[in-house]
Amino acid sequence: MYKVVVPGDFISEAVSRAGEGTYVEEGKVHAARYGIVDERGEIKVVPLSGKYVPAEGDVVIGRIAEISFPFWIVDIASPYEARLHMSEFADTRDEKIEFGSLSRYLDLDDLIVAKVTNVDVMMRVDLALKEDFNLSHGGRLIEIPHTKVPRVIGRNGSMIKMLKEKCNCFIFIAKNGRIWVRGREDDMNLATEAIFKIASESHTSGLTDRVAVFLDSFRLKRAKGRR
Amino acid sequence: MKEGKEKIELIKEGKRLDGRGFDELRPIKIEVGVLKRADGSCYFELGDNKVIAAVYGPREMHPRHAQDAKMAVVKFRYNMAPFSVDDRKRPGPDRRSVEISKVSREALDPVIMREYYPKTAIDVYVEILQSDAGTRTAGINAASVALADAGIPMKDLVSSIAVGKIGGEVVLDLNAMEDNHGEADMPVAMVSRTNTITLLQMDGRLEKEEFERGLKLAMRACHQIYELQRTALIDRYSESVDVGEGEA
Repeated sequence: MYKVVVPGDFISEAVSRAGEGTYVEEGKVHAARYGIVDERGEIKVVPLSGKYVPAEGDVVIGRIAEISFPFWIVDIASPYEARLHMSEFADTRDEKIEFGSLSRYLDLDDLIVAKVTNVDVMMRVDLALKEDFNLSHGGRLIEIPHTKVPRVIGRNGSMIKMLKEKCNCFIFIAKNGRIWVRGREDDMNLATEAIFKIASESHTSGLTDRVAVFLDSFRLKRAKGRR
Repeated sequence: MKEGKEKIELIKEGKRLDGRGFDELRPIKIEVGVLKRADGSCYFELGDNKVIAAVYGPREMHPRHAQDAKMAVVKFRYNMAPFSVDDRKRPGPDRRSVEISKVSREALDPVIMREYYPKTAIDVYVEILQSDAGTRTAGINAASVALADAGIPMKDLVSSIAVGKIGGEVVLDLNAMEDNHGEADMPVAMVSRTNTITLLQMDGRLEKEEFERGLKLAMRACHQIYELQRTALIDRYSESVDVGEGEA
């Protein structure tokens, strides 16, 4: 069902439909990446691996890596670091943020949910805080390759909906492959295991059903263990 | 060849010492994704050559002043393990490995779409675990597969092999014995789909006609290797599909 291609493979002659992960040479579309071909609409090669490159509008989970007034430098699991300006905090408060006091608001290693507001040609990345997601009330961070994110969400969100229901957890998936899970300890363990399973089998078909079986059998085992 | 050294008969009854014909490759084994912590990796065997390639990146380029504002910088390190040859190799970079690193990087450079990741570095590490002549070609083959495995945009895969001249005959893929006692050694790397040669070196002497014959031999072998590289990459994912569906 899935057609795996390697760089250089000939895909099609429909040059006008050439999309992401492909290149055109002598009137032919070739694969530019190692991945799976998607020929619905645009011809795309969905990569199986690779690093996250931020794009405007993405919602990411970042980790404060450095403080350099008036910015926080944020690690967003990408080759490029991002900047969060102090005005992101000042706007919501009357007090003025003094030089050297940035760490009072966000300190090193703090996690934030942010939206990428701008990426310029020099690959400078600007962030805006998204405060409707607060990561400070406990939970767990899971990291998977960003290429697997669509599979964890599933078609129309089917996979993530099932995960949330069966694991009884709050799950938030960011574009850069970082996932926030919050719930009871053993529920989080189950969700973590399921997410890693999805990530390692992301290229197979019928995955949603298989994960459902996996989650159900796990619950059953645990119920038996309690008795 | 040094004086006083006994001349070794490298070809007997139309066969080479290890029983191969003139245009025969040594057995090749390719494994993709062998290193868990690398972004892409590949283990490559060519006869008694055992090579592992690891790719990290694209990642932040250090030192900063070496960044390229328009494209990624590819860094290639070819390194021989001290135990890879019969006499212990003194560890660390030397004249030879610095040169091989440079030409190998340049062999891969034309296929890597570096403009996708400005200001970053792509690190390629090739580690020779066991050596039996032709390690640079094995290293390039491994690195090319590892780069694809790392999800780096590329126009093609690069395949590489050496040809040489022993006992007056042009032969494919010299082993260490043939390399040491032969007349010439010529490593070739190329892009199979377009027949573009990206590396061509020669040690020793060949007649024009021999050179052309050798090049043809190498190019044909590169096509064979390309197929093996491609199959290794594709099998990695089709295999686990079966396993996955079996357990459901």
